[in-house]
Amino acid sequence: MERLVDIAQSSFLPLIEATIQFTLPLSIISFIFGLVLAILTALARISTVKIFQIIARIYVSIIRGTPLLVQLFILFYGLPTLGITIDPFPAAVIGFSLNVGAYASEVIRAAILSIPKGQWEAADTIGMSYTQSLRRVILPQASRVSLPPLSNTFISLIKDTSLASLILVTEMFRVAQQIAATNYEFLLLYGQAALLYWVICFALSLIQGRLENRFDRYVSR
Amino acid sequence: MISIKNLHKKFGDLEVLKGIDADVQKGQAIVVIGPSGSGKTTFLRCLNTLETPTSGSVTIDEQTVDFSKSLSKKQIMAFRKQSAMVFQHYNLFPHMTALENVMEGPITVQKQDKKLARKKAEQLLTKVGLGEKINEYPFQLSGGQQQRVGIARALALEPKVMLFDEPTSALDPELVGEVLQVMKDLAAEGMTMVVVTHEMRFAKGVADEVLFMDEGRIIERGKPEDIFNHPKEERTQRFLNLIQKTDII
Repeated sequence: MERLVDIAQSSFLPLIEATIQFTLPLSIISFIFGLVLAILTALARISTVKIFQIIARIYVSIIRGTPLLVQLFILFYGLPTLGITIDPFPAAVIGFSLNVGAYASEVIRAAILSIPKGQWEAADTIGMSYTQSLRRVILPQASRVSLPPLSNTFISLIKDTSLASLILVTEMFRVAQQIAATNYEFLLLYGQAALLYWVICFALSLIQGRLENRFDRYVSR
Repeated sequence: MISIKNLHKKFGDLEVLKGIDADVQKGQAIVVIGPSGSGKTTFLRCLNTLETPTSGSVTIDEQTVDFSKSLSKKQIMAFRKQSAMVFQHYNLFPHMTALENVMEGPITVQKQDKKLARKKAEQLLTKVGLGEKINEYPFQLSGGQQQRVGIARALALEPKVMLFDEPTSALDPELVGEVLQVMKDLAAEGMTMVVVTHEMRFAKGVADEVLFMDEGRIIERGKPEDIFNHPKEERTQRFLNLIQKTDII
């Protein structure tokens, strides 16, 4: 028993370090890139330019139609065959960003379409350009609608970053694997990893709650 | 002030406006009436290019746009600036306070100084009787109050023409008066207005001229007392009869 407590204590710091160094940055950076990609993709889908629509559709279809792990493997193990070598961390960022971009684009598209046509018209009549309408009128309202589903996307992403261990990113789960390989305490180490993921996701859902309250200031309840 | 020549609008095969000619003098309040589906709302929306007319031309304050030609975004924007629209369903921005709604056009579009825009917005909201409500969000306001914010938001753009698209149709009956009063005051101040409405009292009391539309055409126009008391056209008579009947019921 004492041995287990010792192992748990000594592995705690490396796990936290890996979380701060890789798991969180990987999640946050990928989410931000992914979100930008998602907004662009959503706008392409609802634009009247046919070619934009088609490109966006193909992109979303490919990403949603193939496993994330396969995408990561293609980026990291496959591309070197073409002479393109990407380091583990950037490869993971690219993979996760593309993934978030595709999934979140559907959320954002739905949120934009949920804003009544009258809002676009009101923006039009006060003389706003397309970008001004989006920035000042549509996206602020759409972000309120899309907050719960986007939080889902972000929470999924945080857990999915454990897949980056398979392309050699020393994120938290990979560190847990490495430690477990030396002392064979798999249940303990993976349990610790699970606990850490849960704590992060729980903290996130608290933040989500606060954001929702902030957004709800302008709707009647 | 406004001169409309042979305005046509088609949605696909459906011709909603079949050649509208009309003139509005500066400071006049014109009321457009007619049965639903007559094209009166489409006509109003064409004046602000919320709908782009298929052909014809509109002149507002000596700036003419010919819709038979293809127009650049810039031309449309410049044309749109001449007028401002008040909507049936207010279409306020729900995520902005009353004050922010009114300031939005001047700040974001016209790039006015924030302090100045704020002061002007406060004055406009006071003018429409909402000086106490400037920091409320739309959901905290009644329909009548929201519509008055809508009018203030349109006025903040300092348009040459105000367009009203059935501004009281979505309101509870007891709230109609407060909105009509604001519009009446505007007309008295000499604002040029085109109003699509079912409020016959407003048409009788405030309009300088009434246009009766049916099936995409202007059937009859004239002073309100003439239109309401001695309509010349049979279709106008029928429409007014129907309305007066429902008044009794």
